[in-house]
Amino acid sequence: MTPLLQVKGIEKLYGARIGCADVTFDLYPGEVMGIVGESGSGKSTLLNCLAGHLVPDAGQVIFDTRANGPVDTVTMSEPERRMLSRTDWAFVHQHVRDGLRMSVSAGGNIGERLMAVGDRRYGDIRDKAIDWLGRVEIEAARVDDRPTAFSGGMQQRLQIARNLVTGPRLVFMDEPTGGLDVSVQARLLDLLRGLVREMGLSAIIVTHDLAVVRLLADRLMVMKDGHVVEAGLTDQVLDDPQHAYTQLLVSSVLQV
Amino acid sequence: MIELINVSKSFTLHNQGGAVIPVMEGASLKVEPGECVALTGASGAGKSTLMRVIYGNYLAASGQVLVGGLDVAKAEPRQILTLRRKTLGYVSQFLRVVPRVPTLDVVAEPLLAVGCDRTEALEKSAELLKRLNIPERLWTLSPTTFSGGEQQRVNIACGFAHDYPAMLLDEPTASLDVQNRETVLSLIEEAKGRGAAIVGIFHDLDARERVCDREVNVADFTPELAA
Repeated sequence: MTPLLQVKGIEKLYGARIGCADVTFDLYPGEVMGIVGESGSGKSTLLNCLAGHLVPDAGQVIFDTRANGPVDTVTMSEPERRMLSRTDWAFVHQHVRDGLRMSVSAGGNIGERLMAVGDRRYGDIRDKAIDWLGRVEIEAARVDDRPTAFSGGMQQRLQIARNLVTGPRLVFMDEPTGGLDVSVQARLLDLLRGLVREMGLSAIIVTHDLAVVRLLADRLMVMKDGHVVEAGLTDQVLDDPQHAYTQLLVSSVLQV
Repeated sequence: MIELINVSKSFTLHNQGGAVIPVMEGASLKVEPGECVALTGASGAGKSTLMRVIYGNYLAASGQVLVGGLDVAKAEPRQILTLRRKTLGYVSQFLRVVPRVPTLDVVAEPLLAVGCDRTEALEKSAELLKRLNIPERLWTLSPTTFSGGEQQRVNIACGFAHDYPAMLLDEPTASLDVQNRETVLSLIEEAKGRGAAIVGIFHDLDARERVCDREVNVADFTPELAA
């Protein structure tokens, strides 16, 4: 099986400081990988390098495209990369304001991504938008409301619907459950798990919540000071951490 | 089906002065299809550790851990994930689920993961929950709100939903009443009957005698303490 994403020696420097360095891994179709680490450890920098929001100083991000097979997205032309980020890729931002258009209706937010890939019939777009609102458990009656009228949890679910409507194969998520209250978080986790299973999605999830990765991620990467200090099966890394930093991280979690 | 060859395991506690604690040495074990092997030994002797080494959530320091031909000690994460989905089931002592997911769906999950049709998965799930005496009015609720014994039975239902060729059972009859204990024991016997290789921990002596073919004392694998 060809990996969906092959990451080779990614490095990003901010002046003399290391954002992230020497990151290498493969992600296969249907796999969910978590990236954990304290703030400032380089998780978000890495995610942004992978998703093409930042240009890495070294390394390759090879994606298995539908048309041409594995292609390095770092050296790909800007229009090609933009097309990829509208079709096969999706990015769920921690702050919904970065991922939604707050002045456009919920239906418009979902429809916009469909139009970007060439959908033109208003009726179809509206039907698909309503269908996706239902999948993320937002009432169809809210389709014409703006996200500003939604609660935080609903906004996050709308962002997910907007991202998944074009049937991407790889989803990048930056703290998708951050800032949500626990009951909404649980519902979102269940939703994400179902979508991953039904659509065969692969996902890379950056979070600092170990409970979230345990439930959602198959594999886990632990970062510290820009480097990956440990990687493996999620329950192996959490139950039998090998690196000093991971041991500290796991033992610092408060028991509820 | 399950074979351990000269497996050892130690823990290194980096944050406690780098102390290295060897917990297992020279562990070897072989379980054939249709056979149930009980792990015995005092509390803390390493029964659960051995089980976790087989499941792959503890990393073996050396040796081979073969399950269905795959060496868990050296396999890639995705190989272990496939193994767990299709071949290796595990009934732990704790139920770990996404909150707010209905019990019926929780039990159907392992079946959906192997590509089973949704209606079929839910039927099988309902059948198991009925056998394990979980009242039907609770099926639409999340098991996180259940009593200890009920959670244990939901956990067992999850473990027996898919017909795994290899199974690990960590005290499956703990905290169960007589009738439910009987159900669990017959589930184990049925699994053996269809050729599953089982490694189990049973503190319940009668249960052990009834379903297990052999016993392996993990104290034999405990490293000699350096005087």
